[in-house]
Amino acid sequence: MPELNGGGTERLGPGRILELSGGDLEGGLAFLGGPYNNHLALRAALEDATRRGASRIFCLGDLGGFGPNPARIYPLLEEFHVLTLAGNYDRALAERHGDCGCGYTHPSDNAFAQLSYAYTNRRTTDRDRAWLDALPLGIRFARGGRRYLLCHGSPRRINEFLWESASSDGFLMRLARDAEADQVLCTHTGIPWQRTLPNGARFVNVGAVGRPANDGRPGAWYAFLPAATHEAELVRVDYDQEALAREMEEERLPREFVETIRSGWWTTCLEILPAKERGRGIF
Amino acid sequence: MPRPEAISLRSPSAPRVPSLALDTLWVQVAGTLCNLTCRHCFVSCSPTNHSHEIMSLAEVRPFLEEAESLGVNDFYFTGGEPFLNRELPEILKCALRIGPATVLTNATLIGAARARELRGLVEASRYSLEVRVSLDGVTAETNDPIRGEGSFEATVRGLSELARVGINPILTVAQTWSDEEDHALRAGFHEFLSRAGLSRPRVKVLPLFRIGREVERTRGYAEAERLTEEHWRGFDPWILQCSTSRMVTSRGVFVCPILVDAPDARMGRTIRETLRPFRLAHGACYTCWATGASCRN
Repeated sequence: MPELNGGGTERLGPGRILELSGGDLEGGLAFLGGPYNNHLALRAALEDATRRGASRIFCLGDLGGFGPNPARIYPLLEEFHVLTLAGNYDRALAERHGDCGCGYTHPSDNAFAQLSYAYTNRRTTDRDRAWLDALPLGIRFARGGRRYLLCHGSPRRINEFLWESASSDGFLMRLARDAEADQVLCTHTGIPWQRTLPNGARFVNVGAVGRPANDGRPGAWYAFLPAATHEAELVRVDYDQEALAREMEEERLPREFVETIRSGWWTTCLEILPAKERGRGIF
Repeated sequence: MPRPEAISLRSPSAPRVPSLALDTLWVQVAGTLCNLTCRHCFVSCSPTNHSHEIMSLAEVRPFLEEAESLGVNDFYFTGGEPFLNRELPEILKCALRIGPATVLTNATLIGAARARELRGLVEASRYSLEVRVSLDGVTAETNDPIRGEGSFEATVRGLSELARVGINPILTVAQTWSDEEDHALRAGFHEFLSRAGLSRPRVKVLPLFRIGREVERTRGYAEAERLTEEHWRGFDPWILQCSTSRMVTSRGVFVCPILVDAPDARMGRTIRETLRPFRLAHGACYTCWATGASCRN
């Protein structure tokens, strides 16, 4: 894990939650999730965040799966001093699970999930696993008088999906209250959204860097929080998706995955999408 | 009506599932009344089963509001056949103001007008409305022996009406086949939906519960099919829906949608008083544990 800048402190608290403090947390912050091996998109997002003056960059997990060459992700996280927490995919790799445990009902979706997990699993070294295993499960800090909680799925479950159309205001307020947080940032679904709740708490799903958001536009999504505000901006960054598509073809990854990278539309594992999100896609 | 023996068998050493939160509220808006009489129905619904009655909007609303005060996430509306309840659209509208909702139907009563009405609800809400349609075979020859003469054709008509208004239902299938046939049959349901005009097929497979009418079709639970503390050790209660949901019927609040005929499964009159542990003493509890099944989407 990279050193903290700005003379802050870090402490791994109960439940493997990393507690941070430091002046740099008051500056611009970037939050990204789901690199899914897409190192070109990750670099583009990290460079964009740096250009915007991010004093800290956080990754909310799920480094592997889907894209090519998992080993190209780790050096980028190091180079940009990214503070990373574990996603369910990272835990599965750390714990040497045989599959990602997605449990789709469509046989071909299960085959795709299995194939992409096996691809990443084979290319994950013991050293990578130990690094993944040491990642915290959440990150907390105070910023401008608000309590921030960063997590992968939801504040209570690493693999809970928080979709925009399938999460009620009351439920999100309860999650925030139970987690003693005013501002929750999560990922896991792959589609970004944010909502300010009637009680003032705020949820930001930062989307995914590694796979487009099923909107017909290739690109990477992440959330940028400028200094002195709690209102995040959901940012879409262009990158050379054609180069990534070619690399995926060289690695003989499924045609369907490559098509998603090129077109911006999800082609597989669509059954997890609630009706509204599914209705916005073309497949 | 006579209660199947399997329900009354209770295990003395059954583990207790904690109540972790109220994430989901089920509402049996049509009671046990259904226009079909499926042979595997675990609540023995039929046109004449009044064990649980149809619930009016006035009866449902206080439960929706109580659930909202408890931070509920989503609602599921079931029966029987929910579209037998004339107030269903109003009930759905009321629920969708609070959170996402799902309606579980056999689709046989969904004509063009009802489909358009559902479409209107979908468009007016910022939350998802899911429509779950039950079917047990991709031909009349395989479906109708379980769900009744003519039911296949009627359900396919309903599916087509939904497809026409751009609603993409989740097909719900009870697993009446062996594990060996599983792969081929699942794929078959996806293909069937594509042929029915639903270009983005979604399928949910549920295990069979050996209670209700299923006891006569195949068998009830054996004595050994009960949970013990041994089964429970190291098990994540989160997997079981009864840790985070409750079911409302005209007779009160029950632990889950499966056990509404079991006297001990009625836990109270308000949701709040039912948010306490429940003893998993039923054969159906064993099925949920063994299959990791959830009635959620």
